[in-house]
Amino acid sequence: MTGQSPSAGADAPRTPVLRLEGIVKTFPGVRALDGVSFDVLPGEVHALMGENGAGKSTLMKVLGGIYQPDEGQIIVGEKPVVMTSPLQAKATGIVFIHQELSLATELSVAENVYLGELPKRSFGRVDWKTLYAKTNEILGRLKVGFDAKTRVGDLSIANQQMVEIARALTVDAKAVIFDEPTASLTDAEKVVLFDVIADLQSQGVGIIYISHRMEEIFKITDRISVLRDGQYRGTLSTAETNEDEVTQLMIGRKLDLSRNVSHHDLGDVTIEVKGLSCGNLFQDVSFQVRAGEVLGFYGLVGAGRTEIAETLFGLREPSAGQIFVQGEEVQIHSPADAISKGISLVPEDRKGQGLVLGMSCRDNMTLPQIEDLKAGPFVAEGAEIAIFDKYRDNLDIRTPGWRQLVGNLSGGNQQKIVIGKWLSMHPNVLIVDEPTRGIDVGSKAVIHDLIRSLAAQGYAIIVISSEMPEVLHVSDRIAAMYSGKLMRTFTSDEVSEDNLIQAISGLKSDQAAAA
Amino acid sequence: MASGMLSTFLKRGAIWGFILVELIFFSIAGEQLSLSDKAFMDLDNMLLLFKQSAPIGIIAIGMTIIMINGNIDLSVGAIFALAAIVLLDSMTWPIFAGLGDWAIPLAWILALLAGVLLGALNGFIVWKTGIDAFIVTLGSMLGYRGLVFIYNGENPTSHLNWTLVDFAEAQWLGLHTATWFLLGATFVIWFIMNRTVHGRNAYAIGNNREAAVNAGIRVGPHMMINFMLIGFLAALSAVVFYSESGSVNPNDGELYELWAITAVVLGGTKLTGGSGSIISTFGGVLAIQLLRKGLGHIGADTETVNLVIGLILIAVLFLDRQLNIKGKEELRV
Repeated sequence: MTGQSPSAGADAPRTPVLRLEGIVKTFPGVRALDGVSFDVLPGEVHALMGENGAGKSTLMKVLGGIYQPDEGQIIVGEKPVVMTSPLQAKATGIVFIHQELSLATELSVAENVYLGELPKRSFGRVDWKTLYAKTNEILGRLKVGFDAKTRVGDLSIANQQMVEIARALTVDAKAVIFDEPTASLTDAEKVVLFDVIADLQSQGVGIIYISHRMEEIFKITDRISVLRDGQYRGTLSTAETNEDEVTQLMIGRKLDLSRNVSHHDLGDVTIEVKGLSCGNLFQDVSFQVRAGEVLGFYGLVGAGRTEIAETLFGLREPSAGQIFVQGEEVQIHSPADAISKGISLVPEDRKGQGLVLGMSCRDNMTLPQIEDLKAGPFVAEGAEIAIFDKYRDNLDIRTPGWRQLVGNLSGGNQQKIVIGKWLSMHPNVLIVDEPTRGIDVGSKAVIHDLIRSLAAQGYAIIVISSEMPEVLHVSDRIAAMYSGKLMRTFTSDEVSEDNLIQAISGLKSDQAAAA
Repeated sequence: MASGMLSTFLKRGAIWGFILVELIFFSIAGEQLSLSDKAFMDLDNMLLLFKQSAPIGIIAIGMTIIMINGNIDLSVGAIFALAAIVLLDSMTWPIFAGLGDWAIPLAWILALLAGVLLGALNGFIVWKTGIDAFIVTLGSMLGYRGLVFIYNGENPTSHLNWTLVDFAEAQWLGLHTATWFLLGATFVIWFIMNRTVHGRNAYAIGNNREAAVNAGIRVGPHMMINFMLIGFLAALSAVVFYSESGSVNPNDGELYELWAITAVVLGGTKLTGGSGSIISTFGGVLAIQLLRKGLGHIGADTETVNLVIGLILIAVLFLDRQLNIKGKEELRV
């Protein structure tokens, strides 16, 4: 915890940088926001929490001038403001760091930072000198390792996010809103981000921090406001509350993230990998997973975890090594090969790689197997609906019906559709990459339980996750990756947060064991 | 929700509403302005309209599946011309001389086969090289048109077979032969896209190619099949039309690709792929033909007709965009 930062309210009254009063926004049939009021003090980090669909995004759109509230007002400093556009919000000093980065990847960092506001010389020419100088000054404040002329597309996601933050710093920001800023950051990158936030804080900027991650919330915020079903549920002082209280406020029940040890017997080795390499992405990786076992892969972003999954699924060609499924060596050159060998992948980017958002729930679920379901040349719709119904019931997918477009479901239900899609193919191996990315707290537990129960049913499961509590929670064994190498595989008895962190930071496993 | 259903209805049925507006407008305006004393909605006039829709229409049906799949085919006009030459020229080949009218089905098959092969070549290049279909078919548009000119220079290729002309000019249940082919193509392709595995996969590939690959769908073969289908349909369009006219100029079919795309887009199919409807394309084809015929009926010249169609295309897409934005805001909740 930051400790020295004042817990809000009690001290001398300060004027909030931003105040919301009784914001109401309705859409046909739904009250998306129902009287939301809270304020952000200068120099405060104010967490905004709530499950997906609680109204956070709608509230941010109201704040950003994308939606107009039906009732209530926004007060910046002392003045009520009517936000009519994102541009106006920015001019008022309300700046957003969006979860989905909106950068022109072919342009330089400087051009992105000053996009729309490039400094000009006579005849409308760009003043490159000033542009680069001003950008480098901001980048200096952020202590990043790239310069203004770098092409944004060449940067890592974490550094691209820094460009977004740099963009926010070009105006005299009164309040900066971070929407799930750590979703794709590694632990080391998070530290840098938190430094930047602390820096903004010390300059008297108010910060709204939207996140699902309790750990972070308790580390860096001063107060926590909670939304549920569009309603404001209260503001807690971070120092005086705990995770349980916040979770209960959000979902009305408790969340169990304790360690989960297998209570069932393991079967034979389902998949075994020997000396698998793929160029410079990962080298000489060997492991095996038994039926009924969950092997977790933990490591920093770029350590090669996703690439292993993609290689097993036929999206990448291995440069060396062997893959055995149920004792037989297999050659995998395409996803179709992998699927025929019973290997399936629930990808990291659900919307981009896992689902066809414009298609119905049923059509998504049967996508890999309609070839097998056809009657003559035709799609057998009856069989499809039967499959959908079965996995809707088994996985408890909440949808009005099979016709519903997948794009309209919540993240947790979308993930279940992807999982159901593979289960209906009766795979041997289920690889789940970041199973709960972008999924709200309540549904995370559901997905975790689902993974455990699938293991109990005898599937061999590989889980890749960047969240340590998640890996510890669902895995029977944990493989720690560092820079393309499998450093060590821990059994659940051996593993601790300390030795896991050491292993993924590149410390030798024997050192880690000695420590 | 009433407003949701209304906007869904407007989106799905927009093209048919537009056709209705056209019919009413031209009927009323025709009373005032037309030089002919025949009503616009005269039965013969309407039957003729269907027949005249056929050449572009059959191609537009094929273009719909290509665009749903996330591609585009600019070479259809050239394939149209080349298939027409194969049709008319092959009937004069000495080896077919002894066959009499049996040369007709052989010529049809050869022409259709030519279309399928040219389409397959497009699809194969797109599949194996990974070059954007726009570029590939821009190249083949020029290349195939080049073949047309190589064949007979600037001269028209002609052959009239009266049996064939009779067949092409026949009316069955009141509808012309060409109309039947348009209806048949529409039905068969609708069936393929909505009831078969290939159709389902084509939608999935157009909507999210990466997810389709991850589901084990082999993208390349599906794209190639679609290019073969549009090649076939472009040739079919030529075969139907030139059976009647009997003479093809080397420039015939130019700009057909753009007219086909116009009809597809009017019908609501997205340029980005993944969504679209065969039936709405059929509506789009009729709407364009109605506009041409209607404007002609009230005395407008060709140049004006093109200007008006262009303006309407932009207006319709603007309207579509507004409706879609509205729909999205509702879905977000």
